[in-house]
Amino acid sequence: MTKQILFIISLAITLGVFAWSVKRLWTFFKLTKPSYPIKNIGARISHTLDVAFGQTKIFRKPVIGLMHALVFWGFLVITLGSIEIVIDGVFGLERSFSFTGWFYDFVMASGDIFALLIIIFIKAFSLRRSIFRIKRFTGVEMSSKSYWDAQIALTFIGFLMLSLLAFNVGYISNHPNGYEGVYPVSAAIVNLVNMDLGWLQEFGWWIHILLIFAFANYLPYSKHFHVFLSVPNVFLANLEPLTKYPNLESITKEVKLMLDPEAAYDESEEVARFGVKDVEDVSWKNYMDSLACTQCGRCTDVCPANITGKLLSPRKIFVDLRKRMDEKGPIAIKGEDDGKSLLRDYITEEELWACTTCNACAQECPIDISHPNLIMDMRRYLVMEEAAAPAELNAMFTNIENNGAPWQFSPEDRLKWTEG
Amino acid sequence: MTDKKLHVPVMADLAAKGEKPEYLYWVGCAGAFDDRYQKVARAFAKILNHLEVSYAVLGKEESCTGDAAKRAGNEMLFQMQAMQNIEVLNGYEVDKIICTCPHCYNTLKNEYPELGGNYNVINYTVFLDEMIQAGKLKLENNPFKGESITYHDPCYLGRGNKIYDAPRNVVKAVFGDVKELKRSKSFGLCCGAGGAQMFKEAEKGDKEVNIERTEEIIERRVDKVASACPFCMTMLTDGIKLKNKESELQNLDVAEIIEKALEL
Repeated sequence: MTKQILFIISLAITLGVFAWSVKRLWTFFKLTKPSYPIKNIGARISHTLDVAFGQTKIFRKPVIGLMHALVFWGFLVITLGSIEIVIDGVFGLERSFSFTGWFYDFVMASGDIFALLIIIFIKAFSLRRSIFRIKRFTGVEMSSKSYWDAQIALTFIGFLMLSLLAFNVGYISNHPNGYEGVYPVSAAIVNLVNMDLGWLQEFGWWIHILLIFAFANYLPYSKHFHVFLSVPNVFLANLEPLTKYPNLESITKEVKLMLDPEAAYDESEEVARFGVKDVEDVSWKNYMDSLACTQCGRCTDVCPANITGKLLSPRKIFVDLRKRMDEKGPIAIKGEDDGKSLLRDYITEEELWACTTCNACAQECPIDISHPNLIMDMRRYLVMEEAAAPAELNAMFTNIENNGAPWQFSPEDRLKWTEG
Repeated sequence: MTDKKLHVPVMADLAAKGEKPEYLYWVGCAGAFDDRYQKVARAFAKILNHLEVSYAVLGKEESCTGDAAKRAGNEMLFQMQAMQNIEVLNGYEVDKIICTCPHCYNTLKNEYPELGGNYNVINYTVFLDEMIQAGKLKLENNPFKGESITYHDPCYLGRGNKIYDAPRNVVKAVFGDVKELKRSKSFGLCCGAGGAQMFKEAEKGDKEVNIERTEEIIERRVDKVASACPFCMTMLTDGIKLKNKESELQNLDVAEIIEKALEL
């Protein structure tokens, strides 16, 4: 009974703190603009099965990709076990899902094996960050905070798995005459170790679930928030061709007015700012992308501008967006302004103009972030609100306006190529 | 090259005679004005003539699709261009459009429909591939015998619109084989000219993007590199020139390979 009460109290604290974190983010989301409509649910489901559950984009780097995929798939089965633990804890039960029979055996056995695999891979991931200097884990946006954030999350996961194994080992030890589920790794440990390990059941159980509670509340403030947000982010992904850059509707209205002066001008409509200057101008999807990004750097790793030493790092655009929202969000909610903006105070014009819109970053992103579209949204602000394009681009605009071509040639000469 | 004047039907002339061609060939600004890429437009027109395809170009009525303006943030200019072009295209009741330039292709195909321009937009590599498959385009001799070739994926064709196989099939039809670059298909490296970079100096860095790509092509030790985009062509041609490799390595457009194979 005491155990139940203690458990319910810790669960309530966990949910309370989590709700507070979500509410804070929700108020930030309310500052953002609409995004594309979420349609084609069927296509979205199959896309999610492919990219999220099938990990197809992760496998573009096969070795590390397989390790990530195994950790992810392991998490899925282990999560079922975590749900069981919560139900057991609340109602004072033991192995309450065991009525599912063979399915239970399968989930427990794979969870038990995955726990060991994940411990090994997590250690490898951690060593990879501390010992090897992997280029994509460097860059101006990769502060020591990012490094420690990764190490803390990896440590959490490592101990989560250790405690899960401890719980299983203890459970087996306490039930020498038969138990629910199958635990190949834990059973082997019990056989190998000639000691009474029964105490590990309670101990492992508590450590495991309390770590889950702590981890869940750490995540909303960590780049590892991707544990929660990646799958929904993939589900809500832009399914259009990568190089289709949405037309700006407010401009369509203006252009139609220009072409047809008779059209009525609706004055009631608020004049929106063109493009993106600060966090209030981004769409909710852009902001969600920034929260879901785990800073893996696969985008920056393939960016032609970054490869050739330019300032642009696609990852930085989204790291900056999240940082700036953390700074601006609380102020903006109060209706105040700090005189700073995402553009210039975080992201320089030089970065924005270096993008070739080649979409190598978007192609690579395992959770389907579209970096070029946000970069171009910021160019829209620079060009249409400030006329701040580089001089050569202004010349190109003038040429298109005057001659209908980006170069200075007369439309009269458009058939010269046929003359030889 | 002292080529003769090509017979290229113009939409307005056909309309005056009450004729309507099956295809509109969208030449694009580079096809019309870029010295090097004009040869590609000519090559493709020759192929169309050879196939006796019913087609026409807009000629003086064609105007920039607005791609570069849009990527550079000038949505206003893009939409003005789009509306103008759509008015012309809809005026001629155009249905099928063939594009050589992947930037024009992407814009017409993906960005015009919402503005009222709904066409069946076809990339020329897909068109050529289909003609070869259908047996209409017969490629019997290989003027490049003994030479090897690689293919550089234009971003707006490959990653943008997932057209990876068609251009390779066309090149293979002549060369028999295409050597892949280290970064190819969806992993392809940009030439450096997309997103309006074509029209400005690159930002400060250690290297130009086209040099990075050219070095990769040189490492592959091929005689030719095929491309399918006017911007890529400019960047690769410049890269090869800067690397002083013009005698060993040449950049050809997919259409030019067919033109040579057909001795047009």
